[in-house]
Amino acid sequence: MTVGRFRFMDQQRVNLDGFAVEDASLGLVAFDSPNDPVPSLVVRDGRVVEMDGRAEGDFDAVDEFIARHGLDLVVADEVMALDDTAFARMVVSPDVPRSEVVRLTAGMTPAKLARVLATLRPAELVMAMTKARARRTPSNQAHVTNRSDDPLLLAADAATAAAFGFREIETTVPVLGDAPSNAIAVSVGAAVGSPGVLVQCSVEEALELEMGMRGLVSYAETVSLYGTEQIFVDGDDTPWSKAFLTSAYASRGIKMRVTSGGGAEALMGGAEGCSMFYLEARCVALARAIGSQGVQNGGIDSAAVAGAVPRGVRSLMAENLMVMLRNLEACTGNDALMSESDVRRTSRTHPIFIAGSDFVCSGFGSIQRYDNMFGPSQWNSEDIDDWLAMQRDWGVDGGLRTAAEPDVAALRRRAAEAVRDVYAHLGLGDLDDVWLEQAVDAAGSKDVPAADLMTPLSAARIVRDAGITMLDVASALDECGYDVEAQRLLDMLRARVEGDYLQTAAIFTEDMQVLSLVTDPNDYAGPGTGYVPSPERQREIDGIRQQRSVADFRDEQDAASDTRLRVVGAAETGSDPREVVVGVSAAAGRALWVALSGLTVNEILDELLAGLEEEGAVGRIVRINDTVDLGWIGLSAARLSGSGVAIGLQAKGTALITRRDLSPLQNLELYSVAPTVTRELYRQLGVNAARHAKGSTPEPTRNPYSDEAIEARYHTKVVSLVAIERSCVDASVGPEDLELDGGAR
Amino acid sequence: MTQARSGRPAVDVTLEALRRGDLAPDDVRIHPETLEHQAQVAEAHANPQLAANLRRAAELTALPDDEVLSIYEALRPRRSSYDELGALADSLAERGASRNAALVREAAELYARRGLLR
Repeated sequence: MTVGRFRFMDQQRVNLDGFAVEDASLGLVAFDSPNDPVPSLVVRDGRVVEMDGRAEGDFDAVDEFIARHGLDLVVADEVMALDDTAFARMVVSPDVPRSEVVRLTAGMTPAKLARVLATLRPAELVMAMTKARARRTPSNQAHVTNRSDDPLLLAADAATAAAFGFREIETTVPVLGDAPSNAIAVSVGAAVGSPGVLVQCSVEEALELEMGMRGLVSYAETVSLYGTEQIFVDGDDTPWSKAFLTSAYASRGIKMRVTSGGGAEALMGGAEGCSMFYLEARCVALARAIGSQGVQNGGIDSAAVAGAVPRGVRSLMAENLMVMLRNLEACTGNDALMSESDVRRTSRTHPIFIAGSDFVCSGFGSIQRYDNMFGPSQWNSEDIDDWLAMQRDWGVDGGLRTAAEPDVAALRRRAAEAVRDVYAHLGLGDLDDVWLEQAVDAAGSKDVPAADLMTPLSAARIVRDAGITMLDVASALDECGYDVEAQRLLDMLRARVEGDYLQTAAIFTEDMQVLSLVTDPNDYAGPGTGYVPSPERQREIDGIRQQRSVADFRDEQDAASDTRLRVVGAAETGSDPREVVVGVSAAAGRALWVALSGLTVNEILDELLAGLEEEGAVGRIVRINDTVDLGWIGLSAARLSGSGVAIGLQAKGTALITRRDLSPLQNLELYSVAPTVTRELYRQLGVNAARHAKGSTPEPTRNPYSDEAIEARYHTKVVSLVAIERSCVDASVGPEDLELDGGAR
Repeated sequence: MTQARSGRPAVDVTLEALRRGDLAPDDVRIHPETLEHQAQVAEAHANPQLAANLRRAAELTALPDDEVLSIYEALRPRRSSYDELGALADSLAERGASRNAALVREAAELYARRGLLR
């Protein structure tokens, strides 16, 4: 039997996570496996004849493609001869321009780059990433999926994701045959939410390309690369088929990036004894070699494998940095959930969040965890407000913006109606009003029992059989009265003709400007340089919907005002030994009416007076006008009290018992945690004050303690309430007797 | 001015044209010259591999969707014999897709050495 402390610790969520002992033979090692090759590069007559310890006759498919296409041999000698630490310093130092680091990295073999980046400590990774990402303006990507491939819910959720600021939306299917239906529903929903949102539907490579050719999606990402030939072939591809696929997308004007991620090979039992980071270095070098503009990595589906080994989380970030140094768009993981622990998952993401990335998450689950058909994400719909608060806390642009409920409600309705109308217009299916209403209101697919699972399947079949393209969808939207959305879909199609979004790290702004390595290059070069949110964007980041001002609190207080408490005249010193004065603060019952607990000031006074009366004391309410300090309020009241004992009460509900011979900082009893004080406790305070007045020693009342973040919850309000108290203080006004009309017991 | 593969200027890809029933799929397809232009931009931004990809893509604009999908399939592991890949490369070269032809030939050699042929 373990001791209680360990039984308690064992129950914590972090202990649901798996932690692996390092084992290089299984590839369960983040950096520096003994089997990782020593970096080398031998070039003869302009041809690579040895790379990372392997002669060209022994090159596997991955080596071969990198050696033939991936390395800039002009700088290779220079950079391979560079000391690891010297290059690592160049990577980190703001004084070395990104362009110089990118130039040198182009000639670096996978093993060399892996060995250099393995030396960077976490804070150095943050600095390096701040400089190295391609696009100046950070952004974010959302997952929008659901268990039923419900097109109405997909549309409503895509519009919601767009409203929250996501510039890429990735959907997928639990039922492969539904894919074209999902692609259309998400594209229409995204177009309702915002212009210029890129949409992909992650499915098998060939089907994904086919949908791209039809215009049903505007980018692609599910083009997986692996670090060993064996796993590559297990994935039914080769570097050449992937290179061809990359060109196939570009030939139709479609943005694409590839996917890789440390731990994938270990997870599939084919790491060949190499470290996750070295194998990922091969993937990233290959991504550059095949001409992909970008990479989604940082573990992705195998993030938890990396997370299980020492320094694995650090290696995930270093992978992302490697992509940036290869001059590619980085879509930086924070995708599949890698821990049951909120602390660990935040810790995993946070350095990337503060450094900034082309897409901080390569799939923020903007929907319910249970609706995420990729599996739950590192960040999910329940975390959107957390993310917005974190952006605001750090003054960081994590790609999201706040959205007002009425706006989102309207967008969800329009998106669902647009899809319903388009499906009807194109003969894809009739989706009824009950279903629509449920989808508009739903937090997730469990709230949409009316969804018909056959509708997406038959819609998708008709799309494929009839050869419906996005032009047809745009036409249908227009004819159904959604001309704005039709224009937005058409704009995305025109973008394929223009081709500017084929460049590295391209996204569209809401006015359809391309932001990319070309048009919006990251120019970070130390303090005072690089991306700073525009004033407008800063307001979006700062202006979360939950923030409140003094004016808001004043309005809230004014709404509860009443006239029960009124001044009857100047307060004199009492002579009745049974008298206990209740000294109230300057704003109580004048500018403030509701305490932090939600009880009104009058209700609190009713309880205090009733408690005093119960014990035979006579209560008298006196307003102390010259201070906000509770100790002084109490002491001033005690000096007026016939018994010499008084209760002090601030409008926010903080209360104490004191006596005229005590100093202002002393008291007999104190309720310091105003939000948690109940009616019963105030009554008990009255009772105890009366007993003190009689000279007895009652058992002190106790503050109700709580493990909740009471201070986080109330301190903003306290600042406002104190400000209001202070505005009522007037040192020239003496204490006043008050009377509480009615209700007094 | 950027033109679609059909020759229609990109600026004429409008809702009005769509309403007239005047937009065909080729009006929203990229023109090979646009891809060549983008390749030059990529080269100027320190990514010759992206440029090479965009130039292979320019060649593929001439191929119908089905053929592009079938070439992808042919390049997957153990789908093609050495001779089939050779024939594919020849057919691509004949139609001016020399870069893609070279890619296929290179694949054939590597596949032969690494046992990835059918």
